[in-house]
Amino acid sequence: MNAPRLSKQVISLALVAPLLLFLIVFFALPLVTMMKSAVSDPVAARTLPATARSVSSWNRTSPPTVEMQAAFVADLRQISDDQLFGDLVRRLNSAKSGFRTLMPKTRKAALDTAGSIDLVALDKRWGDISYWQAVSVAASSKITDRNLLAAVDLQRDASGAIASVPADASANKAIMLRTFVMALTVTGACVLIGFPFAMIAASVDGWKRQLLLGAVLLPLWTSLLVRTAAWFILLQDRGLINSVLMQSGVTSSPIPLIFNRAGVIIAMTHVLLPFMVLPIFSVLIGIPKNLMPAAASLGAHPVRAFLNVLLPLGLRGVVSGSLLVFMSALGYYITPALIGGAKDQMISSVIAYYATGAANWGMAGALGLVLLAATMILYAIYLRLSSERETSP
Amino acid sequence: MNNPFIRLEEVSKSFGLLTVVEGLNLEIGKGEFISLLGPSGSGKTTILMMLAGFENPTSGAIWAGGKRIDSLPPHRRNMGVVFQNYALFPHMTVSQNVAFPLKMRSLPRAEVKERVGKALDMVQLGSLAERRPSQLSGGQQQRVALARALIFEPEVVLMDEPLGALDKQLREQMQLDIRDLHRRLKLTIVFVTHDQSEALTMSDRIAIFNRGKIEQIGKPSDIYDHPSTQFVAEFIGETNLVWGTVKSMEGGTARVQLPAGQQVLVETATDLGPNSKVCLSIRPERIKVGRREAAGNNITAAVSDIVYHGDHLRLIARSDGQSLIIKTDRSQPTLSIGDEVQLSFLSSDCWVVRP
Repeated sequence: MNAPRLSKQVISLALVAPLLLFLIVFFALPLVTMMKSAVSDPVAARTLPATARSVSSWNRTSPPTVEMQAAFVADLRQISDDQLFGDLVRRLNSAKSGFRTLMPKTRKAALDTAGSIDLVALDKRWGDISYWQAVSVAASSKITDRNLLAAVDLQRDASGAIASVPADASANKAIMLRTFVMALTVTGACVLIGFPFAMIAASVDGWKRQLLLGAVLLPLWTSLLVRTAAWFILLQDRGLINSVLMQSGVTSSPIPLIFNRAGVIIAMTHVLLPFMVLPIFSVLIGIPKNLMPAAASLGAHPVRAFLNVLLPLGLRGVVSGSLLVFMSALGYYITPALIGGAKDQMISSVIAYYATGAANWGMAGALGLVLLAATMILYAIYLRLSSERETSP
Repeated sequence: MNNPFIRLEEVSKSFGLLTVVEGLNLEIGKGEFISLLGPSGSGKTTILMMLAGFENPTSGAIWAGGKRIDSLPPHRRNMGVVFQNYALFPHMTVSQNVAFPLKMRSLPRAEVKERVGKALDMVQLGSLAERRPSQLSGGQQQRVALARALIFEPEVVLMDEPLGALDKQLREQMQLDIRDLHRRLKLTIVFVTHDQSEALTMSDRIAIFNRGKIEQIGKPSDIYDHPSTQFVAEFIGETNLVWGTVKSMEGGTARVQLPAGQQVLVETATDLGPNSKVCLSIRPERIKVGRREAAGNNITAAVSDIVYHGDHLRLIARSDGQSLIIKTDRSQPTLSIGDEVQLSFLSSDCWVVRP
């Protein structure tokens, strides 16, 4: 490589450097951190080193040995940092509830007395093997698949094999499924509304087209929160929609539109519609104007001409629009949170709960990772399908 | 015309305040090749669109094969249309494109296959059947469009400047190909073009359009030799237009005085009153260099320009303030700019046109 070419490359690198730096600091690093927090589990191993050593020979089914108990008490005495202790309690409690009260009680006893302590006598929960199993799992490894498994409603049982969590405790899989179903519904609604709209917008010109496209673009320039709040007002029992329906005699009592699935779908469809209309519009506008007249002159009824000519040609726009809408819908948070009921929350609200409510970044990261993986798989399928369609004759 | 196949009766078409076609009457015979020729905006394409059914006449009636068709939707008119930019379906292969009209008519698959093969052979594209339109050249795309418009044996084939996008050589080849198809398949073809040479080479009849009306309709040779109006004379080929005043009229010959005083003899079928103003059209190739006593008209002019055209020379000569174009062969004795020349033309080569 010669010198001028090298300097040219340095200059182009310098030009993209700000963007690159921005992306690394504010996108790549947080993403990696979140993903790492999904599998990293260092707190127990760090705070309970002696316990970790002594449980390595334990078979996890027999009653806890005296050495284990002594090592555990010794470890507790070593923890001087209250915040670190808090992290440990939270970690253990997330594996088995009960530690939140058990741990401070045990630590207090450990600090108050100098010698060995009979933990089972202190609290009979220490006689329960499952507590020791939780401590053992937490202390013996710095990485864990617990969060990832929990994200898809799986757990490791006492023997370490992967098993489903009990039906009453499983929620993530149902919420994930609900998220996909809702995103799919919104995508379908957007296609049904967006395709005819894009067709009309592409067939007129001048001020009419400007008006139609403006009607699509204007909401796009408005904040998502404002639009959601507007739907919040419109969908009320005494809101505009219900009062019009009741005054016109269509219904005698208000149709429940808010805090349920219908309301969320309506609002999300409206918010995401531009992402469907614009790709379809841009594809339709590129289709030569004389194809439909040509089809008609060759004997095609308008419906058949649409099905045989316009629809297959516009499909590329429908597919990319659907992808945009579906991917965006998967991560929706504000709209379901404001307009939906408890049964209409999507996976992002669960992630938000773990991240900000329960301060369980591991679970938040794991759920995010699962969502990312599912989305990537769908995207890969889309790429495969679209490339196949292009190459096949 | 006896028993015309297509008849347009007082057809008018307006878009808002703009009248594009006004009170048009036109009859087209079965098996005829008629060209609609005119400048852009003269209404010729609108006529075609009304025949195809893409536009409805504002008033008037269109008949085809004894049935009134002006309210029929395009897909029920059974007319093959060849569009300016071919309008091939980009997502279908060549054979799928050609099969489309048959598929729309729900013909059995075996028959579709056989007829598509025949149609592609007819336009010499059998080997490209599985290609996409985007993989074909302009001329090949045009032939696919042609095959697609002919495969369902339409009663009429409408062509909207189908050769406009091709280069000159290919265009001339396609002109001959289309004329050949017309003769072999006995097609009725309505051909819209703004290219006068295209219309002259291909048509049985030409209708010259100007501002939504037919200016003149007739055989190519009639239109070229005997243009009825100044517009037609200028639009078809090249011509010299000369204004003058009728001095006297004897038999079928009028004596016309040009502004500068020269007098020319003009053969005309119409009786021209003395002192009436007339416009004369004289084709450049009809004027000969050199004096001919038998020619009837001999004038003196000065050469003001000579343009070399390969197969012929073009002289620009001035005579009494009147500029004339003369097309002459290259065997002429060498002339140079400023030379005085004798020009002669027959009284039958002067044609009186309406302004």
